[in-house]
Amino acid sequence: MMKTLSEKIARFGLAFALSVASATLVAAPASAAEEGAQATPHYPLVKPPQEPWSFAGVFGRFDTAQLQRGYQVYKEVCAACHSMDLMSFRNLAQPGGPHFTEAQAKTVAESFQVQDGPNDEGDMFERPARLSDRFPAPFPNHQAAAAANNGKAPPDLSLMAKARAVERGFPWFVLDIFTQYQEGGPDYIHGLLTGYKEPPAGTEVGPGLHYNVGFASGSAIAMAPPLSDGQVTYSDGSPETVDQYSRDVSAFLMWTAEPHLDARKRIGFQVILFLIVFAGLLYFAKKKIWARVAH
Amino acid sequence: MSGPSTYQPQNGFLKWFESRLPLGGLIHSSFIVFPNPRNLNYWWTFGGILAFMLVAQILTGVVLVMHYTPHTSLAFTSVEGIMRDVNYGWLLRYLHANGASMFFIAVYIHIFRGLYYGSYKAPREVLWILGMIIFLLMMATGFMGYVLPWGQMSFWGATVITNLFSAIPIVGETIVTWLWGGFAVDNPTLNRFFSLHYLLPFMIAGVVVLHIWALHVPGSNNPTGVSVKSSQDTLPFHPYFTVKDALGLVVFLIVFMWFVFYLPNFMGHADNYIPADPLVTPAHIVPEWYFLPFYAILRSVPDKLGGVIAMFGAIAVLFVVPWLDTSKVRSANFRPLYRQFFWILVLVSIGLGYLGSRPAEGGYVIASRILTIYYFAHFLVILPLLGLFEKPKPLPASITESVLGKGAANVTAGAPAAPQTK
Amino acid sequence: MAETATAVPTRRDFLFIATGAVGAVGVAAAIWPFINQMNPDASALALASTEVDISALQPGDTLTVKWRGKPVVVRNRTQKEIDEAKSVALSDLKDPVARNANLQLDAPATDENRAAPGKENWFVMVNVCTHLGCIPLGQQGEFGGWFCPCHGSHYDTAGRIRGGPAPENMAVPVYSFLSDTKIKIG
Repeated sequence: MMKTLSEKIARFGLAFALSVASATLVAAPASAAEEGAQATPHYPLVKPPQEPWSFAGVFGRFDTAQLQRGYQVYKEVCAACHSMDLMSFRNLAQPGGPHFTEAQAKTVAESFQVQDGPNDEGDMFERPARLSDRFPAPFPNHQAAAAANNGKAPPDLSLMAKARAVERGFPWFVLDIFTQYQEGGPDYIHGLLTGYKEPPAGTEVGPGLHYNVGFASGSAIAMAPPLSDGQVTYSDGSPETVDQYSRDVSAFLMWTAEPHLDARKRIGFQVILFLIVFAGLLYFAKKKIWARVAH
Repeated sequence: MSGPSTYQPQNGFLKWFESRLPLGGLIHSSFIVFPNPRNLNYWWTFGGILAFMLVAQILTGVVLVMHYTPHTSLAFTSVEGIMRDVNYGWLLRYLHANGASMFFIAVYIHIFRGLYYGSYKAPREVLWILGMIIFLLMMATGFMGYVLPWGQMSFWGATVITNLFSAIPIVGETIVTWLWGGFAVDNPTLNRFFSLHYLLPFMIAGVVVLHIWALHVPGSNNPTGVSVKSSQDTLPFHPYFTVKDALGLVVFLIVFMWFVFYLPNFMGHADNYIPADPLVTPAHIVPEWYFLPFYAILRSVPDKLGGVIAMFGAIAVLFVVPWLDTSKVRSANFRPLYRQFFWILVLVSIGLGYLGSRPAEGGYVIASRILTIYYFAHFLVILPLLGLFEKPKPLPASITESVLGKGAANVTAGAPAAPQTK
Repeated sequence: MAETATAVPTRRDFLFIATGAVGAVGVAAAIWPFINQMNPDASALALASTEVDISALQPGDTLTVKWRGKPVVVRNRTQKEIDEAKSVALSDLKDPVARNANLQLDAPATDENRAAPGKENWFVMVNVCTHLGCIPLGQQGEFGGWFCPCHGSHYDTAGRIRGGPAPENMAVPVYSFLSDTKIKIG
């Protein structure tokens, strides 16, 4: 009696587990796809392709020349509308970045005027920027930025490469732990900047909007296509294409979002190597100690 | 914490000190000669790992506070100042943020280990309940800590979680306003969360002392669940378990450091790198991953108060597990049916976690409802009935017999991370 | 536990010593970031220099500016003050070293080494008492220079300690004349 009953419970348990599993695995994606077909398509329309970044992977490091080009694109194009509040001119010369010399960074800084004061008369005044100054913003405040840009203020770019992510989904988010993919941000920015396309027939694009297959919150973005081939003149012979500009500025934005990435990956390798050696020693020490008793 | 000590201080000063404050004797009896069952596997190292994580979180946290400013206009930039300008600030912050996740990974393993081996059963009920209090305090601490960087997820997470209390009839709104110190989450909320986030870890440390005290009265449970019967069944804590815990901890640290140095933002959310904006809600609000199973339970109930009750009920039910489980046998190694249901519960919990991260729509809601019902059924229906109907396998006469005798094969079952166990 | 007692060092002991040593190295390395985080951060180090316009200062006028969180005085000294400072013999000084960041560490504390080079009326100094960090009051005390009200240290017109508990002359910071009317401190 007892035995048959427990077998029944066991069978019930397994059956229930299977039904639960199937409910989760089948019902959920099926209904999600169903809804997707009729109502909301998933944005971005095209998932950003994974680019071969120099800073990806365990031994990843920023490419100094690329960061310098990226800074040029940012300065000549992006900075016209976007602020970068968290960056200072001194950062341009710090280790692990675009590696401008201190003199070069100073020259860059002095080409900008910043407000200082009040002076002894109580007035604010303009002076050339110093290394300790932040990058000046193109608009005095959020409202002014919005008013000058069709009511939509361009977001600050300091952290852009960490503040945007396209969902990876199962099983990628698990595999990412092992491949340590952390470049979703720059991939997204590159995908967005190269994502301006002719809208397919029948697609309505609202006034002041621009069709973009790389945009995460819809099919059209308020920002007009900012880049065009040949717009920025590189001095190192790199191709002057939208694709290259996007790639360079994405790398630059990754650096502004994570300025200590080089040091992080370098120290990380040492730490993990150390821990593996230490774990090995502990393993043998543990074995020796436990050899004294049967276990 | 385990009765009179055999500690004999060698030098004169230590003798003088010991006769006035027997600290050495306490440490000696608790962590040097304390008898532990000789068959503990690597799942038991998570206790030590958790103690380490608590200390690590307090140390990195105290250091971060030296550079953090708890004000809505400065919190975000002060955190970025830590990331950019403070010497090794990026390391300390990533250690603290990922440390919270690692703390929860370890505590979930620790809790499921207790569920598997029946560590909550008599005479360890108080030990278990103290552990659950620690778990609750950890959740409060983790939640408030996530608010401090004052990003979008911080702000909206705080808004949504505090609004849970508005489900309470009649006084709900009053309580929420009181929690906020205003009419929305704002500077007073940030300040009090900061204060409490600093306070609670020390309360956790206090309860941890009680937890260890309550552990050292009956001693550790073990993979057989059979009580210690003679000194043959045990080994002194040092060096056997110090070295074993140290190895477990260092292997755990490798995983921890992999995240800190190579995936520092994997556990976080991109939206939290956008400064808080009270006028714009992000498209998908999700709490930190360690709350996701409870978040799924909350959303599976189509009623505000009902959802909140279900969510808190999911934690409350864990408090009474010692009395819901009617089986006299502790270890799942000797409970063939319970063992199956245990693993189903693990899968259900992971499934709930996954569903908590999905948008609350369509099949996801249906699946969450099924899993929520199963979660409660496991504790309220299956556990009490199993004890009545399940026929356990024969238990070894003693721990020593299970180690040295025929039963040795059973000891290692369910402990895949034990390469040394022969 | 009894079987742990062995007299001769063995390979096993070496293993334990090596493990312990590696662990100690790891702990020591992990402590460093916790110590170094209290040092001045990159933004504090960057605030290195301040420019001061001195065109309005008449002889006997003092301007105080904040540099690295401390008051720096720029004084256009009167001829009387200069003469007084010059007339002091080095042997009368409590601290015979110039404490001038623009000069060698062991430069003697003559008035030439304390005042601006070639412009002896201009005097720049970090106005912080070398005793315990209070701010001395200008043109007071027994020597007509600075007097610290906290514990009664007297400085002369070149900022040199002459009486009271302070051990050193007040520090002269790094500075340079950008033009005749502009000084850059730091």
